[in-house]
Order: sequence, then structure tokens, then C-alpha cells
Amino acid sequence: MESLSNRKKVIEQKPLNIWERMYLPAIFRGMAITFGHMFKKKETVFYPEQERPISENWRGLHSLKRDEEGRERCTACGLCALACPAEAITMIAAERQKGEEHLYREEKYAAVYEINMLRCIFCGLCEEACPKEAIYLDGPYITADYLRKDFIYGKDKLVEDPLK
Amino acid sequence: MSIPLFYFVAFLSIFFALMVIFAKNPIHSVLYLIITFFTFTIHYVLLNAQFLAIVNFIVYMGAIMVLFLFVLMLLNLNKDTEPMKSNFVKIAGVIAGMCFLVTLVGSVKTLHISEPVLLINPGLGLVKNLGQVLFSKFLLPFEISSILLLSAMVGAVLLAKKEPKNI
Amino acid sequence: MELAFVIEKFILVSLIFAITLGIAAYSTLAERKVAGFLQDRVGPNRAGPAGMLQPLFDGLKMFFKEEIIPNESNKFLFILGPSLALLTACIGSAVIPWGTQLDIAGKTVELQVADINVGILYIFGIVSLGVYGTMIGGWASNNKFSLMGAIRAASQSISYEIAMGLSIIALLMLTGTLSLKEIAMQQDGFWADGWFTWNIFKQPIGFLIFIICAFAECNRTPFDLPECETELVGGFHTEYSGMKLGSFLFSEYINMFVSSAVMSTLYFGGYNFPFMHNLGLSDNLVTILGILALFIKIICFIFLFMWVRWTIPRFRYDQLMNLGWKILIPLAIANIAITGIVITLIEKNAG
Repeated sequence: MESLSNRKKVIEQKPLNIWERMYLPAIFRGMAITFGHMFKKKETVFYPEQERPISENWRGLHSLKRDEEGRERCTACGLCALACPAEAITMIAAERQKGEEHLYREEKYAAVYEINMLRCIFCGLCEEACPKEAIYLDGPYITADYLRKDFIYGKDKLVEDPLK
Repeated sequence: MSIPLFYFVAFLSIFFALMVIFAKNPIHSVLYLIITFFTFTIHYVLLNAQFLAIVNFIVYMGAIMVLFLFVLMLLNLNKDTEPMKSNFVKIAGVIAGMCFLVTLVGSVKTLHISEPVLLINPGLGLVKNLGQVLFSKFLLPFEISSILLLSAMVGAVLLAKKEPKNI
Repeated sequence: MELAFVIEKFILVSLIFAITLGIAAYSTLAERKVAGFLQDRVGPNRAGPAGMLQPLFDGLKMFFKEEIIPNESNKFLFILGPSLALLTACIGSAVIPWGTQLDIAGKTVELQVADINVGILYIFGIVSLGVYGTMIGGWASNNKFSLMGAIRAASQSISYEIAMGLSIIALLMLTGTLSLKEIAMQQDGFWADGWFTWNIFKQPIGFLIFIICAFAECNRTPFDLPECETELVGGFHTEYSGMKLGSFLFSEYINMFVSSAVMSTLYFGGYNFPFMHNLGLSDNLVTILGILALFIKIICFIFLFMWVRWTIPRFRYDQLMNLGWKILIPLAIANIAITGIVITLIEKNAG
């Protein structure tokens, strides 16, 4: 049948001639190619000492941000937990007491904020859901560990270091 | 070579040959048979027949027994699948065994103690001498047996060949 | 038998064992390094300088891993399998001539453990026994994949043994002896009577068949169907763990070493190297250089084994059988016929 798009290519399959059927020339050619690769530049990145350059919109470990005065931005509204498709985020909200104004920006804050890194898929939807610009996925890789419980990151690991 | 060594190896041969028969598992039987053949190889070495020893080693231990093992592994015989023998088979087996025993006893009776084995030509078993004997004195039997093997091979190829499809 | 003889042989045997095991251990590292370099990586380089301690730690890991013996397996045979594999791999090096002879304090030391006059056939017998370890281990695991691997190993090894034997026969017609020592001595130097003395230049097709069969007998890619992981999980060693698995893997490397040594001795002059008699060196020094030359040849062959492994994909099983029965065996028989004709013609011209 005539091809309408005219993009069909008919590939002709010729029977192999005696030279090709001996396979040995082809094998030697292949071996020459692999031997050539011995002297090529190695692509290995020596990880702990070297790190691969990562792109600007790379999504790594979450960090809970502070504002200009060093107060936690998070108000424990729970929108990030709601947005999370992997159900990785949980939190317990608490009310800000008198005298804690320098710690928390809003009247309500997250007393406990946990992300299960084994569940997290690093989609960045929490980042987009946050009305207070409190969570960003701008950290490094998640390192390996021995126990499952050690992958539940609490506020100690997530909150940004206070301003100096 | 020393007589005690011979008796020891002979004892091993007979022991493992009996184990071949008494082993319940066919695979174990074959493995015992391999050990039996290995003791035969030692016998040949003791007789200074190096070529025969190594050929026994390669052909029987290395090739034929591998095929035995191969077939047995494919059959996967074990006690559950072993069919019950009918009485007829049992009786036939007993009669055949008795006949064999009578033959054996008869042949043993005609034996007489021979002179201690004296090799007239101790180097006979070496490759060179064996080759010269094979290709001069025993040329005709040698060639005839090779033709026999060739015909067996052709027969095997014919059997294995696919039937032409009738459409 | 005098004591000195026993001690001499004992030292030689322990030395050869140590070297064999050492080279086999470092082959595991070399394999990973070669694989890395052929794939633009660098291979293991963390344990010690340039990864030189890697085999040590691999062995340590193997020893400390949990040994699992399947419940429904045949325990005795399950343990016998890897032991046999390791044993048959190790005893092959007994008849290889590592050098001519050394004069140590007025005493002549032969650098060969046993000069039996059926040396090649001995190697051949050991090779044919090598498959039992695989078969017994595979069957005793009581696992379908293992059984398939064992069956593949058996049929592959038998098929390629025939071609290997036929390719050796053509060589034996030239040398007229079965003793590896005499074959090595016949290839003295590099050039004599207007032609190369090394057998590779007299038997190129025979060597080609031999090396292909050697690959098949060592279960190396492209003939590693018994352990082909894409089809059979792990083949005959699916159920093995710990040092039993280690023995299987290790015996593969020892087999590689021994077959490299055999190939160097049969076809590449063994311990002979070009101009060995024209350098004006003492006999001992020439012998030591010869041993070095043999080991360089062996290492080149081991590299070839690895190089091929990381270049050529695995055969399909019917392709493997076709190659063995329909190509290699007829080719080997033709090689025998041609060799016979050429020998007769040369003898006629000479006589």
C-alpha cells in the first residue's frame, strides 16, 4: 500500500555474506571499540569528595525558613500536609505564648513538624502550597541510614539555622 | 607396585561397586559409579598403563558419566515416582540373577591361581608403545572398530534428524 | 623416594598454589577494573591504594556471610559441589612446565610438579571433571533454575570438549608427544629453520578452536549460559551463599588461570621468549626471565578473557550448540586433515 505520510522506510535485509557470517571480523571490531574505551576520559564522580553540579531548580532536603528577624515562618496551617501526595508530612500545632514573639512570626506555630523521607517523593507540591513561603526544597541529598525511624526528619533537622 | 596398595584399591572398587547397587537414590548410584571408575583409573596407573588410565578417566568419568547424570537429572527419579514392580518382573529378576550367579560360580571354578603378574614389557602401556602396537599388529581390528563407531555416529545423526514435514 | 625430592616438590607445589590462588584473587579485582575501564569508569578504588586490598575484603565478606542451605536440598551433595569445583580447578596446574630448570647450590630443580608423559590428556581429563562440581551443586540445590543451569553446563561442556580434543590432535600430530614439557622444549626460542618455533604460527586455526573451547569450558561470556542471570537468576549457584558461592566464583578464576597457562604452553611457547639464547646470560637468569615471560603471557590471556567478557553478548542456547557441533567440530576435523597432508608433503620433500 502507498504510504500517505511518505515517511515509511523500507529496510532491506540482505542475507549475510560469508565474511559477515564468520562473525570473527565483527567480533574483532567490537573488541577494538571496547579497547579504545580504556583510554577515554573516565566519567566517574568521586562522590563524597566531589559532587555533581546540580541545577538551580533541584529539589533536595526540605528546609523550614525563617524571616528577616530570624523567626520561624511556619504557622502550622497544614496546607503542605494536605497537598502532599505521598502523605509524608505531619505536624502538631501549638499557640504562641507571651514572650515567644522573637521565635515565631505568627500566633500559631508547629510544635512538631515531621517529614518521612522514605515517603517523600520530592515533588515540591508542599513548597507550592505554602502560603507563608515557609518550606523550600533547597537542601542537599538525603543521606543513607540504618533504621527506618531515622528517616523521619523532625524540626531539629529541617528548620534553618537561626540568624547570626 | 606394592601388593597392599592393590588390595586397598581393589577393596575400594568393590565397595563402591556395591554401593552403586545399594544406593536408593539413582543420582547417588551414578556418583558411586563415578568413584568406582576412578578406582579403575588407579588400577590402570598401578599397572603402568598411563594411556589407558587417562582415557578411562576422560571417556568414562568425564563424558559418559556426565551424560548419565544429565539424563537422570532430567528424569528426576525419586521414590514417589518409582512405579510399583509387578510380580512377574520380580520373578524374572530373580531367575536372571540366579542364572548370572550360576555362570559366575562356574567361571570361578574353572579359574586356577595364575603366576604372579609379570609384565613382559613394562612399558607396554605407554602411549608410544601402545600406538605402535595399535597401528602395526592390530591395525585391522582398530580400523574395523573405528568404522563401527562411524556407522553408529551416522545412525545417531539419522535418528536425530527431523522428519521432513508432510504438508 | 628420598626426602630431599619430597621437600623440593612440596615447596614447588605450595609455591604454585600460592601463586595460583593469588593470581585468581587478584583476577577478581582485575575483572572489575577492566570492566570499569572498558565502560569509562574506574572500578573499585577505595580499599587500599587503587583498590589493591579489595580481594582481601571480598574474601573476608564471603567468609562472614550467612551460609544458607536450602531445607529440601541434599546437604552432602550441596556442600560437595563447590568443593569439587575448587578441587578440579586447582589440580590442573600440576603438569604445566613453569620453566626449564634452576641450579640452586649445585642442585638441579625441575620447575614442573609432575612430568607425566600424558600431560595434555591429564589436563583434558581434569577439564572434563570440572563440570561435576557445577552439576552436583546445581542438582543438589533442588531448584529449577539451578537444575537448568547444571544441565546446560553438562551439555555445553561435553559438546565443546570434542572440538577441543580434535583441535589438540592436530597439534599433537605436529609435536609427536603428549608431554607438556617436551612440547614447551620444542618451541625453544622464537625462530629456527626458517620458520617460527611457536605453535601458534603452525596451528592458527587449531588455536582459534582451542581458545573458543577454552572460553566455553571456563563458563566465561559469551558461553556463560549455566549461570546466565537474565534467564536463570543465578544458574547453578542460585541457592548458594557465603563462601560456597565464593568457591564457585573463585574456581572460575582459577580455571581461567590454568587454561591461560595451558594455552601459553601449547601455542605460545610457554616459558620461551625471543632471543633467549642470544643474550649471553647465565642459564639461571634465562630460566627466571622465562618464568616471567610465561606469566606475562598468562596475564595477557586473562586480560583477553575479561576483554571478551565485557565486549561480546551471551549466545542463545541453540546458537551455542550450532557453533559447537556444526562449525567447530567440522573445522577441527578439516584442520586435522590439512595438517596431516602438510606434514606428509614436508616429510616427502625432506626425505
